Amino acid sequence: MDPLQIAKIIEEKFAGQVLGTTTHAGQVGVSLKKDRIRDICLFLRDEPAVKMDHLSDLTAVDFSRYPGDAGPRFEVVYTMISIVHRHRIRLKVRVPEEDPRVDSVASVWQTANWHERETYDLMGIKFDGHPDLRRILLPEDWEGHPLRKEYPLKGY
Amino acid sequence: MSLLNTAPEITLTTKVDDLLNYVRKSSVWYMMFGLACCAIEMIQYYAAPQHDFDRFGTVPRPSPRQSDLLLVAGTLTKKMAPVVRRVYDQMPEPRYVIAMGSCAASGGIFNTYSVVQGVDNIIPVDVYIPGCPPRPEALMHGIIKLQEKIRKEHYIRK
Repeated sequence: MDPLQIAKIIEEKFAGQVLGTTTHAGQVGVSLKKDRIRDICLFLRDEPAVKMDHLSDLTAVDFSRYPGDAGPRFEVVYTMISIVHRHRIRLKVRVPEEDPRVDSVASVWQTANWHERETYDLMGIKFDGHPDLRRILLPEDWEGHPLRKEYPLKGY
Repeated sequence: MSLLNTAPEITLTTKVDDLLNYVRKSSVWYMMFGLACCAIEMIQYYAAPQHDFDRFGTVPRPSPRQSDLLLVAGTLTKKMAPVVRRVYDQMPEPRYVIAMGSCAASGGIFNTYSVVQGVDNIIPVDVYIPGCPPRPEALMHGIIKLQEKIRKEHYIRK
């Protein structure tokens, strides 16, 4: 299935949640609101025509130093693949800096467990409903989130 | 014993020292502590048939309590630093440390928040082997340098 058709399916099923669709180098990214991201992911995993059973990547982007960007600071990016139908799509959710919380999709795909732990560790985005949200790469008593733009390279 | 300490070059003690040093340097059993990519070159050195570590008498051991040499190969992060210290403390003396690769010697290209800039901030190092990664021949050179260092030690004659 063409990824743009998947974007259209999401738009039809979840009216009002889709903010836009971008295409770059053959890859389609769908910008969503963060309210029902877990329902959308569950739908994409279970719907037979779409069947996104593999979460390839879950990461975050910091837009605070991006020239000409005025939206919320963080963007959580979900990249998913369907092994059965061999198509893929990317979902993007903007998260504000004052309240960096998103619903966790660890109950939808098990791999999201560690990906969300890494995103929390390095970017500071909290995932509601995550079974065990703690640091994964840095020592447990580390302070700060190093991949944010204002964190110096050599640390404090 | 005081006669042995005051007389500088008594033939008997020199020969005993030489024998002890020869024995010690010919069987340096090392603890393989591969942390990152340098571990591949270390594995190539002791497991592959082209360069064979075993002909120098070195045998890889999985435990620090059975080894003379700690071969730190790879980047040391701050999360791993207490572990390296604990492993080094568990080694019985006489013990030696080789820092293999640029990351173990000085932090390499990773001058960042999570990398210890050189394993000698944590444990004392005897031989540094530069390279990213060093070729197995460079590791061989480092082991031979360590053997030369062991050869010059004296235990009987202080």
